[in-house]
Amino acid sequence: MTKPAVLILGARSDIARAVAHKFAALGHPLQLAARNVDRLKADKTDIELRYDVPVTLHACDALAIKTHADFVATLPELPQIAICAIGLMGRQSDHEHDIVAATRIMRSNYEGPASLLSHLANQFEKRGNGTLVGISSVAGERGRASNYIYGSAKAGFTAFLSGLRNRLARRGVHVVTVLPGFVATQMTDGLDLPARLTAQPNEVADAILRAVKRKQDVIYVRRVWRLIMGLIRLIPERMFKGMKI
Amino acid sequence: MKISGWGRYPVLEVQTHKPRDMDAVRDCVLSQPTLIARGNGRAYGDSAINPSATLDMRRLNRMLAFDPQNGQLVAEAGVLLGDIISAFLSRGWFLWVTPGTKFVTLGGAIAADVHGKNHHKDGSFRSSVDWIDLMGPDGVVRRCSRHSDPSLFDHTLGGMGLTGIILRAAIQLRPVESGWIRQTTIPTPNLKATIAAFETARDASYSVAWIDCLASGDKIGRSILKLGEHATRRALPAAQALSPFSIPRKRRLSVPVDLPGLTLNAYTLRAFNALYYKTGTRTSGEHLVDWDSYFYPLDAIHGWNRIYGRNGLAQFQCVLPLARSEAGLGALLSEIAKVGSGSFLAVLKRFGQQQSAFSFPMEGYTLALDFPVNPKTLALLERLDKIVLDHEGRFYLAKDSRMSAATLHASDPRVAAFMAHRNRHGLAQRFLSAQSERLSL
Ligand SMILES: Cc1cc2nc3c(=O)[nH]c(=O)nc-3n(C[C@H](O)[C@H](O)[C@H](O)COP(=O)(O)OP(=O)(O)OC[C@H]3O[C@@H](n4cnc5c(N)ncnc54)[C@H](O)[C@@H]3O)c2cc1C
Ligand SMILES: NC(=O)c1ccc[n+]([C@@H]2O[C@H](COP(=O)([O-])OP(=O)(O)OC[C@H]3O[C@@H](n4cnc5c(N)ncnc54)[C@H](OP(=O)(O)O)[C@@H]3O)[C@@H](O)[C@H]2O)c1
Repeated sequence: MTKPAVLILGARSDIARAVAHKFAALGHPLQLAARNVDRLKADKTDIELRYDVPVTLHACDALAIKTHADFVATLPELPQIAICAIGLMGRQSDHEHDIVAATRIMRSNYEGPASLLSHLANQFEKRGNGTLVGISSVAGERGRASNYIYGSAKAGFTAFLSGLRNRLARRGVHVVTVLPGFVATQMTDGLDLPARLTAQPNEVADAILRAVKRKQDVIYVRRVWRLIMGLIRLIPERMFKGMKI
Repeated sequence: MKISGWGRYPVLEVQTHKPRDMDAVRDCVLSQPTLIARGNGRAYGDSAINPSATLDMRRLNRMLAFDPQNGQLVAEAGVLLGDIISAFLSRGWFLWVTPGTKFVTLGGAIAADVHGKNHHKDGSFRSSVDWIDLMGPDGVVRRCSRHSDPSLFDHTLGGMGLTGIILRAAIQLRPVESGWIRQTTIPTPNLKATIAAFETARDASYSVAWIDCLASGDKIGRSILKLGEHATRRALPAAQALSPFSIPRKRRLSVPVDLPGLTLNAYTLRAFNALYYKTGTRTSGEHLVDWDSYFYPLDAIHGWNRIYGRNGLAQFQCVLPLARSEAGLGALLSEIAKVGSGSFLAVLKRFGQQQSAFSFPMEGYTLALDFPVNPKTLALLERLDKIVLDHEGRFYLAKDSRMSAATLHASDPRVAAFMAHRNRHGLAQRFLSAQSERLSL
């Protein structure tokens, strides 16, 4: 029996690569989408060799909003599962005074991913089934001085996913919100992350597969993050504004 | 960031880079004054550490091509040998040569020119390598093989990363009919008998002995010798013959925290070794063992290196020329038994002939031991070095974390030629590890 296709948006991301390998290992055909699709050729060969599943490559830029409808329409088949790993962090200090750069962060983490998932959601709704997975971040749980530009966009994305889930819950379409804490990927290379709080891409991938299978709604990766963010949200704003976290 | 090898000694503060494609590797090579490549960190000591720039190659881990006609696999250097097995065993292919853990990268296997339990028959990892793509200090990629640029090929195999950055390689896989090994267990009462048993078993595909290194007197060198053959499909019982490549799922144990160094004292070790020997004698004869348990028993215990406690462990592996093996092994084992702070498990293998410029193996016997790091064992290791030198043996750099430059240079006349190659090609000032600095390579 052939398994249903899985679409991965932002397929060059370290987390996305781990997710791709796990789904391929289970025998799912893959559709890998990225803005620089030529660079995925080696991954296509690699995954096909390792797992003997077909892999197709698709160009997709989250910021080219007008192309998204076409992108979805021209996929070889409408996937059963779509996972969005697109995200952009950069250094907050570079964005505080370069507002144009800041809006790029906002659009890459919220507007672009939300647009892509909206097109997919409408198709899934029409079909009456499917699973959408959005990778957001704990950074969206409360705005902090050190990371609020990225964080605010993730907050928007998290709210979007929650609303989408609510809208589609009775339409057979499931939406998973993934809230990783720190993950050791190229996004965080060079940052000095506390080992105990830092997940490997493989852990995130395992959690995503589990969530898809069990139809979980919101997952944190490394569960202490649920606790940490719960506490951070509890701090009264009057105190919070004076803190350095 | 602080890193170490598998022995967790020494631990050094290091600047790491994690290139994800060839361009990023080139940027590092061209911008860093000195650097070293790192695979999966399974070398025990400081081979894969350069404090100013260590290149973690694990993101370059794609398989690039496979030819089912001749079994040739082309893959990036960061691919793990375990991934190769996962991908290809079910299609009837295994590795020609594998070390005792599957968690090593292709680059690491080439750089250390690793050996398995079949060196006496199939040689080192080198035998399975068709070509290597290597990036030099100028950022240029050169493909070397036995026929083109053979000197670079020779020096890279066993060159411990000191000839450049391995990007990709083509290796031959070995056709097998099943994932099972027919294992024959032979207990031997002393060193003479152990060596005789190895020599009698020269035709076995695989052979390895676990020595009870705390036995003393006339029991010195008593061992459990294990021989192995790939099981053909026909040799399997009906249940396994149906799906000859699938093996039972294992429970993975793990050592989550450092055990206090005390756990491994002379008493527990003696008890463990004696028990191991007893179990071995009781289970002698032929058994069918799955590939994972046969080749990688330690991989089943995640983080086993932690049982040696916080200070880490030091491996010691030497090879002695055939003619001097019995005398040399006797001297080494007596010295260890005398101190009583022996090794958890001591492993003995028979090497066949070896072709190479700087690889570790030579025809003879190789002994591998591990010790918790403390002043007493460090002093013991110095004495073991001396015994090896006296018997014209040499040392495995992938296991070393503490030898002196003088010892290395005295043990291996090939060092001068290796250094000359490094100097001639501008490698000596660029590709450095903490180990190459310590050993003046
Ligand atoms: C439990 C256990 C059992 C073992 N059993 C055996 C055994 O039976 N036989 C045996 O031979 N060895 C054995 N080893 C040692 C191990 O096989 C070698 O140390 C191997 O080199 C480790 O590979 P790695 O990918 O972890 O490399 P690392 O440990 O990260 O690096 C090892 C060396 O390879 C170099 N290197 C790594 N990648 C590259 C690259 N891309 N380009 C250039 N240089 C590179 C490094 O500079 C370094 O010098 C064992 C180790 C363990 C932990
Ligand atoms: N790492 C963490 O600590 C962490 C924590 C919480 C959440 N996350 C989230 O996890 C997801 C995956 O990130 P990661 O850690 O794996 O980092 P990553 O490797 O940097 O992945 C981000 C991916 O997004 C892609 N991307 C950025 N802008 C794009 C655009 N306009 N169009 C198409 N693709 C675009 C990038 O493509 P290119 O490869 O072409 O640059 C990159 O592959 C992201 O959403 C991230 O925000 C990460």
